Amino acid sequence: MNSVVSPIPAFGPALPEILLAATALVLVLIGAFRGDGAKKLIDLIAIVALVVAGFLLAEGQGRVSTFNDAFVVDAFARVMKGLTLIGAIGAIILSSRFLSEEKIARFEYTILILLSTIGMMMMCSANELISLYLGVELQSLALYVVASIHRDNEKSAEAGLKYFVLGALSSGMLLYGMSLVYGFTGSVTYPTIAKAVAGAHGTGVMFGLVFIIAGLAFKMSVVPFHMWTPDVYEGAPTPVAAFFATAPKMAAIAMTTRILVDAFLPIVKDWQPILVFAAIASMGLGAFAAIGQNNIKRLMAYSSIANMGYALVGLASGTLAGVEGVVIFMAVYLAMTLGVFAVILAMQQGGQRFETISDLAGAARNNPGLAFVMATLMFSLIGIPPLGGFFGKFYVFAAAIEAKLFALAVIGILASVVSAFYYLRIIKVMYFDAPAPAFGRAAPEIRAVMWAMTAFILLFAIVANPVRTIAASAAKSLF
Amino acid sequence: MVIGLAHYLVVAAMLFTLGCFGIFVNRKNVIVILMSIELILLAVNINLVAFSTHLGDITGQIFALLVLTVAAAEAAIGLAILVVYFRNRGTIAVEDINVMKG
Repeated sequence: MNSVVSPIPAFGPALPEILLAATALVLVLIGAFRGDGAKKLIDLIAIVALVVAGFLLAEGQGRVSTFNDAFVVDAFARVMKGLTLIGAIGAIILSSRFLSEEKIARFEYTILILLSTIGMMMMCSANELISLYLGVELQSLALYVVASIHRDNEKSAEAGLKYFVLGALSSGMLLYGMSLVYGFTGSVTYPTIAKAVAGAHGTGVMFGLVFIIAGLAFKMSVVPFHMWTPDVYEGAPTPVAAFFATAPKMAAIAMTTRILVDAFLPIVKDWQPILVFAAIASMGLGAFAAIGQNNIKRLMAYSSIANMGYALVGLASGTLAGVEGVVIFMAVYLAMTLGVFAVILAMQQGGQRFETISDLAGAARNNPGLAFVMATLMFSLIGIPPLGGFFGKFYVFAAAIEAKLFALAVIGILASVVSAFYYLRIIKVMYFDAPAPAFGRAAPEIRAVMWAMTAFILLFAIVANPVRTIAASAAKSLF
Repeated sequence: MVIGLAHYLVVAAMLFTLGCFGIFVNRKNVIVILMSIELILLAVNINLVAFSTHLGDITGQIFALLVLTVAAAEAAIGLAILVVYFRNRGTIAVEDINVMKG
């Protein structure tokens, strides 16, 4: 700081977050006065606020920072925040009917989703360790509660407890790493850290970096810190799992990208091997552990671990092309995951819900629309062109090859082939097995999400160029 | 003997290790896990304050204050989830947290 620090910071750049925070407070009041009966109204207001926040984001131009450079909004932050907002809106739309049918429609649910979304947006924008930590905690504290929202259910309570313990441990590690980095570089802001690590630096910074990456890996659910994912996805109510699989992943990848590129790019050679290992381990575990699963939510948990591995492939290259690939990959992943969870939510009949793969048997005959959507999404998750999943994987692997990480790319593609087995098994069960009882007609909003996501995936080839332009400008804003 | 930065860092590292071990080795009680988490956060605070004094920079102390605040919120939420869990299962033994596996 060379000039006088202005006493009142500029609040403009943080307007979307401030709007959401204010909305959350108003919603708490509405909830307190009107009780759970106001859930529908609260959902509606929350969705409107999220959409408005999205428009406010899209309004912004260039790179602006505020709060003493702790909070920065650039093209990358805007894109990742946009994806986060889409995930949050999707989660609220998918949850509304489910929660009231399961008699857990508490108004707190939507407010907690809003609060965690604010945390995630802070994670996307954090330009120093303190704001990063506060964003992570705001997100996590709300998510712990959301995971155990079905409080009369054994599994949900256990999911919340497991998530809390491991999440708190990961925050502790992240924080310990931050304290070391602060101590050995003398600063908490990314640009200053980057300057400090570019020169001579001791092992203290390296220790800190490893702890920080470990903490971040927890939040991204990357091997070896993935243990909570399958249990939390299975135990939490399905719309909550849908939320967990989408929005927090966007924010976690965004904050990891920003801290690695903005603060630690000078020592890329030091963190690259860690990310390469984590990527290989995640892709491998995701591919093999999912084979034996019969519960679709659990399967999707392993699938998300594998997908975070693919995202790390792009990140590990540490280049402009890598970050661009990650942004495209995350956008496609968001669409695929939301779609699959919408299908899982559509698997119901007269109030009874189904979660296993065998329940999908013969769905092609009884519920052709649902089977088509699921098959498209599965083909996309495998990475069959011209579906969206192919482009996502193509760009991250291309970036890895450009960065001369040949082994990583080859292993990634092999893991992708292995994972094709369980995705194809779902398609086989739906199209060739003797039919199980048919599902009832899904609610309109669930069908809307299902078909919107499928359309995006099917037609991705058409929008690939504009998406790529956006991703490229996002990546460029970091370097 | 002058107590310098290294001493504080060693104490903090020991507390941090104890906290981590407390989470993984402990098989009895979830409350112990909550205490271990607090231990980890306190280790971090010692680190931050020691570095702050050493560097002559106030940021570390501000960070420590924020960590304290968040730690309080975290403990409250942790205990609340624990109560919910206890109502369902009637136990808070770590080895009983096993409804979901594999």
